[in-house]
Amino acid sequence: MTITLTERAAVRVQNFMTNRGKGVGLRISVKTSGCSGMAYSLEFADELDGDEMTFESHGVKLLVDAKSLAYLDGTELDYAKEGLNEGFKFNNPNVKATCGCGESFSV
Amino acid sequence: MLLQIAEPGRSTAPHQHRLAIGIDLGTTNSLAATVRSGETMVINDEQGRSLLPSVVRYLPSGKVDVGHDALAARSADPHNTIQSVKRFMGRAYDDLGDLADIPYRFVCSEGMLQIKTAADVRSPIEVSSEILKQLRERAEASLGGELTGAVITVPAYFDDAQRQATKDAARLAGINVLRLLAEPTAAAVAYGLDNGSEGVYVVYDLGGGTFDVSVLRLRQGVFEVLATNGDSALGGDDFDRAIYNWILQQAGLSGLPTVDLGNLLAEARRAKEALTELEQVSICCNLSQGLAVALTLTRAEFAAMTRELVARTLQPTRKALRDAGLTRDAVQGVVLVGGSTRMLPVRSAVADFFGKQPLTNLDPDKVVALGAAIQANALVGNQQDDSLLLLDVIPLSLGIETMGGLTEKIIPRNSTLPIARGQDFTTFKDGQTAMSIHVVQGERELVFDCRSLARFELRGIPAMVAGAARIRVTFQVDADGLLSVSAREMKTGVEASVEVKPAYGLGDEQISAMLQASMHHASDDMHRRALVEQQVEGQRLIEAVSAAVQQDGYLLELEERQLIQQRIAQLVDAMQGQYSEAVRHAVEALNGATQAFAAKRMDASISQAFTGRTVETLGV
Ligand SMILES: Nc1ncnc2c1ncn2[C@@H]1O[C@H](COP(=O)(O)OP(=O)(O)OP(=O)(O)O)[C@@H](O)[C@H]1O
Ligand SMILES: [Mg+2]
Repeated sequence: MTITLTERAAVRVQNFMTNRGKGVGLRISVKTSGCSGMAYSLEFADELDGDEMTFESHGVKLLVDAKSLAYLDGTELDYAKEGLNEGFKFNNPNVKATCGCGESFSV
Repeated sequence: MLLQIAEPGRSTAPHQHRLAIGIDLGTTNSLAATVRSGETMVINDEQGRSLLPSVVRYLPSGKVDVGHDALAARSADPHNTIQSVKRFMGRAYDDLGDLADIPYRFVCSEGMLQIKTAADVRSPIEVSSEILKQLRERAEASLGGELTGAVITVPAYFDDAQRQATKDAARLAGINVLRLLAEPTAAAVAYGLDNGSEGVYVVYDLGGGTFDVSVLRLRQGVFEVLATNGDSALGGDDFDRAIYNWILQQAGLSGLPTVDLGNLLAEARRAKEALTELEQVSICCNLSQGLAVALTLTRAEFAAMTRELVARTLQPTRKALRDAGLTRDAVQGVVLVGGSTRMLPVRSAVADFFGKQPLTNLDPDKVVALGAAIQANALVGNQQDDSLLLLDVIPLSLGIETMGGLTEKIIPRNSTLPIARGQDFTTFKDGQTAMSIHVVQGERELVFDCRSLARFELRGIPAMVAGAARIRVTFQVDADGLLSVSAREMKTGVEASVEVKPAYGLGDEQISAMLQASMHHASDDMHRRALVEQQVEGQRLIEAVSAAVQQDGYLLELEERQLIQQRIAQLVDAMQGQYSEAVRHAVEALNGATQAFAAKRMDASISQAFTGRTVETLGV
């Protein structure tokens, strides 16, 4: 089981974290909601939670709870630019359908 | 969909992102910034440019150009290319003064001024809204969604009409205004000064066409603008002109055609900006009549030719400090704002003046937008701790009703929250044991024209002669805008209080209508206030004299008594009229008629007191 960051994404996360001045890693989870059933959530983590799985990718700690991991296994998190907009993008092999905007998905 | 990293516990459900931006709506340039994954950044356009020239051009086809394109057409189409519209916001035609070098065709109309363009007549609000619309579109494209809201900055000295005009422009542009924020405060927030140590800071803002200096005091996380000053006709443009004049003089030119003028000014500006990086720059320009200019400008020459301009900024700076009642060494930090503070002569002059290096690590032409973005982000709830920046101000004055239906303002509008203010009042009648307190909101002089917020009574005031009781009324507005009013009789400590939500149910429109009415009626109100004040004084005097006559009437000669009666009747008459002066005269006349009586009473009361004591000592 694994989750990874692209190098580009890792550099971003590190920059954001330095700029923020604190944080131990990135907490990734899947929440049920949205037009296609599930949605990603991406937050700074200020402390580790014993029940979570921890992955390390390009020097960044990724924290994922067991339930979310089931939907996220094999996911690669990238940082992309689309026109003027930029941000993190999930390449998740488990996803069967996303909603129009790609913000929520179903498996 | 591209995601941003949220603060712990602050990620949102899909399609419910709280996208917020800060907008610096400048005279020369405007820009927007946002907080993304915890980082505050300026939002660029497709070409990677952050500044949007605050220029709007109306074409006959109805098309509207905003920003760089409009700026480029400025000299070709001066009537329809509106620049520096910020100067006209919330202003009436009569406010304008000298229109000599403004090329627009103003329409003389009631209320706010209007400009005739190829498209139609446009108000400054509409022009401004085009700039805001452009920034909104840029932001929504960049953030990938609809904005929840924006914080827009305004100069600290903007009055309510100007602030309201700014809000209206935003609304017209489809932007939800979370709050207007003073530009110097935004700059201070961008530097994180609100998290730092308490103290006094100076914000020195030299932009394209205006100079503003503000003295801020930070106390308990709240900035208070202590004083502002400036020069609304001093900015980077004047430095361009200094170089331009130098070029003419060096090259022995005069009477140039307009095209050359425009080109030379642009070249002067380029040279000025380049001197920030380079020791010297070359100035080359081909002119229309086959002439050409080729010169070299050094930093030292530039400093010499602009020494006077730089010195002109220090005058308002001194005044602002003086108004704030402070000396230079009381200033803890100096923040530089505005593109023109990049100029080295400006930086060193400011450093010399304050005897310390100013803060410059943020881009001076972006710092205001960055601070606004931080504030916007906090206001929509993206901050981890709920510690919203407490920078709200009171939109309308709060006060109480005093005798004769007059309002006594206790907390003036635009005071920063939280705030507490107290004022002492007294009883009006002898033996008065209760006082009714009527809390009102508004700018008008008469309670009747203000909004009533609450009424309550203070009972149990010990009986005393009129004017002897001391009742302290305290207004307190907490950070959420919750008002509580308490009244306390200082001798016995009896107290009563009430809680009110002042902003409740009062929309922006109502607020602006109330402000407009107050400006409109200002001189009316003054007369009415004067009249009511005299009427109250008259009533007080009649009651006092009548009581005295009843008590000590035996001291009066018949003639004297008749005169007093006559003067009272005249005063009652005058009080029914419309003229405060007439009432004042009648009051004076009655006072005059009772002078001898008052002296006799005084003598009598002294001998009475004496007699009284004698009786007491006798133990009777
Ligand atoms: N590198 C630089 N060196 C010197 N001056 C510069 C530099 N960059 C920009 N400027 C000047 O800054 C000015 C514009 O400043 P800014 O964008 O802060 O104005 P603004 O806030 O829109 O105007 P205002 O304060 O009058 O409302 C212009 O005169 C420009 O020439
Ligand atoms: Mg400015």
